[in-house]
Amino acid sequence: MDIQSPGKLVELLDRHAYLADEGLATAAFLALRMGRPLFLEGEAGVGKTELAKTLAKLLKAPLIRLQCYEGLDAAQALYDWDFARQLLHLKAAEAAGVTDVGRLEGEIYDRRFLIARPLLKAVETQPSVLLVDEIDRADDEFEAFLLEVLSDFTISIPELGTIRAETPPVVVVTSNRTREVHDALKRRCLYHWLEHPDFDREVAILLRRLPGCGETLALQVARAAERLRRAGLVKPPGVAETLDWTEALLTLGAKELDPGLAAATLGAALKYREDVASVLGNGLLQHD
Amino acid sequence: MTDGPGSGPGSGAAGRPDGGALAATMTGFARTLRAAGVGADHERTRGLLDALAHLDVTDRAAVYWAGRLTLCAGPDDLPRYDRCFAAYFGGHRATTARAAVTSVTRHLAARDDPDAAERDGGATARPPRPPPPARRGAAPPRRGPAHRGRARRGAPHAGPCWPGPAPGRRRSRRFEPAHRGVLDQRRTVREALRKGEVARLRRRRHATRPRPVELFVDVSGSMAPYAETLLRFAHALVRSEPRATRVYSVGTRLTPITAELRHRDPGTALNEASKAIPDWSGGTRLGEELKEYLARFSARGAIVVIASDGWERGDPALLGAQLARLSRQAYRMIWVNPHKGYEDYQPLTGGMRAALPYLDDLVAGHSLAAFERLSERLAHA
Repeated sequence: MDIQSPGKLVELLDRHAYLADEGLATAAFLALRMGRPLFLEGEAGVGKTELAKTLAKLLKAPLIRLQCYEGLDAAQALYDWDFARQLLHLKAAEAAGVTDVGRLEGEIYDRRFLIARPLLKAVETQPSVLLVDEIDRADDEFEAFLLEVLSDFTISIPELGTIRAETPPVVVVTSNRTREVHDALKRRCLYHWLEHPDFDREVAILLRRLPGCGETLALQVARAAERLRRAGLVKPPGVAETLDWTEALLTLGAKELDPGLAAATLGAALKYREDVASVLGNGLLQHD
Repeated sequence: MTDGPGSGPGSGAAGRPDGGALAATMTGFARTLRAAGVGADHERTRGLLDALAHLDVTDRAAVYWAGRLTLCAGPDDLPRYDRCFAAYFGGHRATTARAAVTSVTRHLAARDDPDAAERDGGATARPPRPPPPARRGAAPPRRGPAHRGRARRGAPHAGPCWPGPAPGRRRSRRFEPAHRGVLDQRRTVREALRKGEVARLRRRRHATRPRPVELFVDVSGSMAPYAETLLRFAHALVRSEPRATRVYSVGTRLTPITAELRHRDPGTALNEASKAIPDWSGGTRLGEELKEYLARFSARGAIVVIASDGWERGDPALLGAQLARLSRQAYRMIWVNPHKGYEDYQPLTGGMRAALPYLDDLVAGHSLAAFERLSERLAHA
């Protein structure tokens, strides 16, 4: 798919109900054009993961997701051998009286006994969108390893040979910045810091995403969300949370945000007991 | 380009300026950024030129974003980038550049020399830091122990030095071969292949790795006599487990100082750390600083060590709430209080009282022996 300009990409994303501002659209546009990974950093719920999903939709490519966690290693990220089947194969060969080790080795280290994990899958699938989610949760050894894969999209498997991507996948790396990711990895990428959307954009997002949502409710929720983000909470709500919250309100048949309903559904927007208590205690849900 | 200045990209005739002029302009811009402390080195500048090849360089906003996406490496760079962009390309900031209002940048806006983000490597020429502000005579409401010495700053003399304390270990998700443990399928298959049959089941178990330590050193006025010893201890800890230790100074603001403490030589490391700490001998607002820490970092699974006398000038309730959150993330909470070594010590300061419910350990930090005991605690945490 040939996308001519960041503006064109804004349109395409909009068609899939993702409203991107100029900065994010430029970032994604350059990532596609330059074949560079896109490194999205920002608070939880600002739409980092959602962007990867939407890009996959509009490029009509499968989304391959690697969720990072502490202790993630190559076997879980890259590939693994299907040992049980290999052993069965050896047993069968033994029963048939095959003793030629070279031949057996060739047989059991065959592609059909290889389990492709997300990184290998992304290299083998073309086109594809690879989402490396929450890289800050993996440890730094994994970062170094990922850097190697992202540098040339070549994966060498000692028993099998080298697998190379003809056209590299579109890569989106996200981070919530719970720790500083190494500079070397960021240099390979285009770096974009995502903010919470401003008021108008948030209203637009609510209306675009939730067809049943009236303008009154969208305005009120967006205003409440702004207040909550300024209230110094443990976890200020992101767009993902305001969408959930609005959806909860709509489910209860709300046309407007009244304080009673807001309090009843607050759990969709705030995920910490202290936050809920301080918001209810300070009357932050009262209309202005 | 709506309000393009004479020196900016797209100067002169409409359409693309020639490549040489564009490269020169952008190299100059990157130099300006480097002078402001953004790590915009040559490799990143090349990235910017590559990016501009795909965009309309006469569009001011496009140039702004291309530069921001390729030259910046973190939210701390953004306010500096915006200032440099406005200064270099003239006019006001691109309208698309909303002022970032993250807690990070708010925090940075209050500083003239924002340099909070630790960056390993990649950081190129940095402007020399201004000297730390002169001591503000913010004495705590009551005096600490009577034998208060002068805090030594600048070049520390040879002080106590101890072999690096080794914090306890935790199970890693990685495996290593072992005699007992779960089946190591890969090695079993390899061996079966070599021997022609499944002779022995090979096993493996989880390797261990050092448990992370997050150490907060209070550098406020009342802690002055102990600051150097604590920083030496921090240095020993960083040297022994460079990847699992993070150190912050706390006082009136939170400053990460791990990078400075990585120096092999304790004297150099302490010097660097002293220079990095902007708020020597002020008061303590531990509650606010821990709140900032929790917003930016995480202590999940770590041993948290707070070295402070608990003279909290902020709201003790705020401190209590932050410690509650911290204790839910942390593996252990250890508080080092230099006053605890004295016989009649009672944890009565507001900060200490707020902290007590959330501590696993309250240890002394007034002598070498006390630090040896602390090392011991860390090892068995």
